[in-house]
Amino acid sequence: MRTISPVKEKEAARIMSATETPAVRTSVAPRPQGTSQEGRHVIQIENFNFFYGSKQALTDIDLRIKERHVTAFIGPSGCGKSTLLRCLNRMNDLIDGIRMTGTITVEGQDIYAPGVDVVDIRKRLGMVFQKSNPFPKSIFENVVYGLRIQGVNNRAVLREACETSLKGAALWEEVKDRLDESALGLSGGQMQRLCIARALAVQPEVVLMDEPCSALDPIATAKIEELIFSLKEKFTIVIVTHNMQQAARVSDETGFFMLGKLVEFGKTDTIFTRPKEKMTEDYITGRFG
Amino acid sequence: MNRFIRSGDPFIWVTGSALAFALLLVAGLLGLVLVSGLGFFWPRSMVEISLADGRKLAGSIEARERIPDPQSGKKTTGSWRFKLKQGNRDLYGSDFVWVDEKDVRERAYPKEIAVIERREWGAFHGRPLKVLEGETVVAEGVDRSWALLIQRLPAALSVYDQARRIEKDELGGINFKKEKIRLKRRSLELKGHSKGSALDALKAEEERLQKLFDKQMEALAALRGTVRTNVVFVSADGQEKQVALTNIVRAYRPNELSFFGRLGLYSSRLWEFVSEDPRESNTEGGVFPAIFGTVMMVFIMSLVVTPFGVLAAFYLREYARQGPFVSAVRIAVNNLAGVPSIVFGVFGLGFFVYIVGGSIDRLFFPEALPSPTYGTGGILWASLTLALLTVPVVIVATEEGLAAVPRGAREASLALGATKFETMWRVVLPAVFPSVLTGLILAMARAAGEVAPLMITGVVKLAPALPIDEFPPFFHLERKFMHLGFHIYDVGFQSPNVEAAQPMVYTTTILLLVVVVALNLTAIIVRNRLSKKLRTSGL
Repeated sequence: MRTISPVKEKEAARIMSATETPAVRTSVAPRPQGTSQEGRHVIQIENFNFFYGSKQALTDIDLRIKERHVTAFIGPSGCGKSTLLRCLNRMNDLIDGIRMTGTITVEGQDIYAPGVDVVDIRKRLGMVFQKSNPFPKSIFENVVYGLRIQGVNNRAVLREACETSLKGAALWEEVKDRLDESALGLSGGQMQRLCIARALAVQPEVVLMDEPCSALDPIATAKIEELIFSLKEKFTIVIVTHNMQQAARVSDETGFFMLGKLVEFGKTDTIFTRPKEKMTEDYITGRFG
Repeated sequence: MNRFIRSGDPFIWVTGSALAFALLLVAGLLGLVLVSGLGFFWPRSMVEISLADGRKLAGSIEARERIPDPQSGKKTTGSWRFKLKQGNRDLYGSDFVWVDEKDVRERAYPKEIAVIERREWGAFHGRPLKVLEGETVVAEGVDRSWALLIQRLPAALSVYDQARRIEKDELGGINFKKEKIRLKRRSLELKGHSKGSALDALKAEEERLQKLFDKQMEALAALRGTVRTNVVFVSADGQEKQVALTNIVRAYRPNELSFFGRLGLYSSRLWEFVSEDPRESNTEGGVFPAIFGTVMMVFIMSLVVTPFGVLAAFYLREYARQGPFVSAVRIAVNNLAGVPSIVFGVFGLGFFVYIVGGSIDRLFFPEALPSPTYGTGGILWASLTLALLTVPVVIVATEEGLAAVPRGAREASLALGATKFETMWRVVLPAVFPSVLTGLILAMARAAGEVAPLMITGVVKLAPALPIDEFPPFFHLERKFMHLGFHIYDVGFQSPNVEAAQPMVYTTTILLLVVVVALNLTAIIVRNRLSKKLRTSGL
């Protein structure tokens, strides 16, 4: 379980007492002291297969994602990396005609077991999309959307959560004077950070990022990368990216996907400097893909 | 040549002229309607003509044309004729007469010739001779009589208004209550009570109302007795006619009016047109009940059609499993918009009026039977019929709006832990709202102009009371109502006095256009404000 900063704990307690709903997740279970650099595994994917209709999109994926690490999925287009990411918070449920075998467990809970509350899964695994998708509402309302869904309506609680999340997404200084203006007036990079703030506001355990920088210019990309680096302190992050330099810069561990298979998975340093597989090496050195 | 065509220039010309042609048609239509309609209220100069046979006529010239050749029907003969609005329908039998110009010996524009707009028999053209108070003459001579007439007219008008208020509000209210008591008694009798305190109380109440009614009738008679002035007019050809002062709506001498005087008269007549009840089987007076009925019907229809259409579209787009069946349903809905409206009218009559209305009558209003309450055409049934007619428009517009809501917005909401319903309620519905209103605008435009289905589901030529009044339950949705579209048809083609009614057709058309545009503008303004608001704040 992750540590919570004193500020955050206080805020969490306030939210809890204000709403008396346990919906706002605060992982306060005792955390094993002296966690090694290797970290615990938050997500375990075992023998996972995924089909769109008759087409197999993922084949025999086995993968473990470490707590408070950044894990990057790389690979050519259509290799299944985004599909796997979207399986982690069950966003693929929205598509007709899907089928899967194997298990994905989050904190020991099989998320595809019958009776699992999908909404709860999505609260625990926040998501940031390729194309920033703020709601046509004010900046404030965008950030607190998840909390409002959970029934939090106390203005003071929302204000504080908004500030904390925007600070966490390194956006607070830029928007603090115009929280009530439309989010659609922000720049592309700001919108994407707003989407990150929005995901952080519900205090997820894991943040899933689906090519979060692919539509941004280099400066905005650098800001987001910086942000990912700082978010690692508190959150487990899984990022899908096309950009190998980005994967090398931000991630601790990297998985290389090819045609629906996980070709290689390991420490980012190892993958980029001494890949075991020929295919990985070819891809990384730009021989295909 | 080939290069010239490929350059695209001719195509620009073709597309441009197509647009120009369409605009020309619209402008021509509006121009015709506006010129023919708005000129109607302008007080025209009066001409007094002497004919070769010694007759004299006074009136305004409304039209002039070449006399067609009786054999060929072509208008090639050299002589002209004009249409004179001679008024004095009670004396001459008709308002208009065609006069050959070659028969005219003399034309004059005497200042003292007056137009007297009466409540019955249309306008009188002529001069006042004397004013009578009861039997005694109080003024004689054209100028003195005119002065006295103008002086006493406002008081007479106010007495008339008071009398009408008593008739409508006081007497109407008492009659309304009496009818309710009659129905209560009847329902008690139907339940088998022939005696009892309840019946006695009703009887006592009825007697009390009857006394009230008699008292009001006395007051009315007394009020009417206060104006006993009569004016004797003489027409251009010397016929005398006595007119009660209370029977006069307006009196003016068009030839002595200045431009501003005419303008004042014009606006007064225009205001009468939009704010008063019709007179003389709709050929005179105003069309206020028709405006009211049109707007109210459109409102009721909107209230019904919006939720229905939106809910149906949501199911079709968000919940139904897309497949051949849903596609078939969608095609059917689209085709429903193309079904002739009279078919909906027949359905409305058969289903709403006879089946639903008849059942309501049997269940809730058995005491009024055999005269129907809801089992006959009324504004509710007409509105529901139109709602049925326009629901495809709303469904299609909403569906298009739903399809245009970006997937990203839905996914963002779902990824934050919202359920599908919460996502639809908080994200999709606000985003789709402008589309819903667009659909509603189209629906209202269609509904306001529809006449055929209304004719068999509740529109009448002349409705005695508005569907909203001050007697509980205030909204009387079972009542029949008037409608501008039907009014145009009625005035133009069912009127006993076609020529007098003709300008009313145009003026009513203008009014119908204005009402439709006003309703649409309202919806557009609401849409723009809402979408702006939804952009900057949360729900």
